[in-house]
Amino acid sequence: MPMPASGPVFSIPESIVCLLFIALVPLAAAGLALINTGLGRLRSAAHSMMASLCVFSVAVLVYFLWGQSLQGFAGEPARIAILGGKSWSWLANGSLFFRHLPLGGSPASLAALLGMITVGVVALIPLGSGADRWRLYSACLSTVLLAGIAFPIFAHWAWGGGWLAQLGAHYGLGRGFIDAGGSGAIAALGGLAALSIAWILGPRQGKYSLDGMPTAIPGHNAIFVLFGCILALLGWWGLNSAGALLYLAVPFGRVVLVIVNTTLSAAAAALTAAIITSVRFGRPDASLTSNGWIGGLVASSAGCAFVAPLGSLAIGIIAGALVALSVEWIELRLSIDDPGGSISAFGIAGIWGVLAVAIFAHIPAGSMAPGETAPIQSDQWLAQFIGIATLIGFVLPLVYGLNWLLNRFVPQRVAPEGERQGLDLYELGAGAYPETVTHGDEYTRGG
Amino acid sequence: MKLLGFLLLLAGWAIVLAAIVLLPAAAVRGAFVLAGIAVEVLGLGLFIRAHLLSPGELR
Repeated sequence: MPMPASGPVFSIPESIVCLLFIALVPLAAAGLALINTGLGRLRSAAHSMMASLCVFSVAVLVYFLWGQSLQGFAGEPARIAILGGKSWSWLANGSLFFRHLPLGGSPASLAALLGMITVGVVALIPLGSGADRWRLYSACLSTVLLAGIAFPIFAHWAWGGGWLAQLGAHYGLGRGFIDAGGSGAIAALGGLAALSIAWILGPRQGKYSLDGMPTAIPGHNAIFVLFGCILALLGWWGLNSAGALLYLAVPFGRVVLVIVNTTLSAAAAALTAAIITSVRFGRPDASLTSNGWIGGLVASSAGCAFVAPLGSLAIGIIAGALVALSVEWIELRLSIDDPGGSISAFGIAGIWGVLAVAIFAHIPAGSMAPGETAPIQSDQWLAQFIGIATLIGFVLPLVYGLNWLLNRFVPQRVAPEGERQGLDLYELGAGAYPETVTHGDEYTRGG
Repeated sequence: MKLLGFLLLLAGWAIVLAAIVLLPAAAVRGAFVLAGIAVEVLGLGLFIRAHLLSPGELR
């Protein structure tokens, strides 16, 4: 079985440091769960947190059962096709259930651990767009498809020594597709899944009037949302640092740059979103500012190890503007009901993050990528464009098609009565705030 | 329209892959990759139009 380019080599202290960064990543999941819950309705709050826990668990189990065997790691056996005289690594050829994976602190074992947690983060992203109307069991089944098929395939291509990662070695396209912290493999993939779910479920009852104008359905807890943003920052520090170390083999000292870039991008994006909403609506909007913050984190991920701090600032400003403007555009022009803003904050900001590498990243000329034997050449931009083309032209049809098929057999949307009653009472039998009176349908016409 | 958009998305990606495999000259390869992305954007546009809500679907 041909081997793709090899991964990094760590000393024991380096493995421990990497493990500490990976330990931060669950905070990203906690942050996203709080944000999704806070931006949803009060009467579905417990359901949202319950769904977050369940889809995270499903994703972790699926990844353990077979996902990791499809994603693999650079240097491990893979399924290779020869196209045009070059080897294309399409899928890893690992063992199921982490068998034959030495869980002793090797980079491959650390990558498996990171993958197991990040797939849980990916699974949380579509929950934001399906809030208040996505059945719990359907969300779990959809997660099986996302974590068991879509994520491992793209993660292998981008991180596991797959053909996207090898574009530099085989075709001289820069260093190959660069996506250190997962702007593409985590955020854009999750954002495209969120778009698919929003399309398949349709808008919430009462979201659009008969003339197509959207009604504002505000989130129920801004404190959850804003605290979730702080937790997400810590999670993204871990995600970007561990990703850069494991998938791009950057020197350990560059982690400081990664953390500075991540923080700068988030701060710039949040302030940009706050300023834009202040100008447009007369006062800053907490929900859009938090979406901007997440968009900044997401956009920083791909190039966090190769961008100068000023570049990260620019990436964050553009991400914040894109998110703040696209949320309204998606709701108003495309009639897509995305309560958590996942399509903008993850899908659009993620694709921008991948593209930003082509614009802002500085990759030392003549340096070697890990496992490669030829000096890095130019055309990094083309590798990033090919990654974006793969996300839109392959990942979107894949996740949409899988969820469409699932919806044919297991309806994903809750019954109208459940939506009117609230998912807490309808699916869980109890609300998140039992001493609080939940109103019937104050935002819907004729409710 | 939805199916056509779906197929155009895949066709655009196929053009991108074919450009990488078949075209060794950097400029031509880049041009065909961009052309593939343009086809994808067209497919995405159709896909979005197919999902726009009709008045009967608005609640």
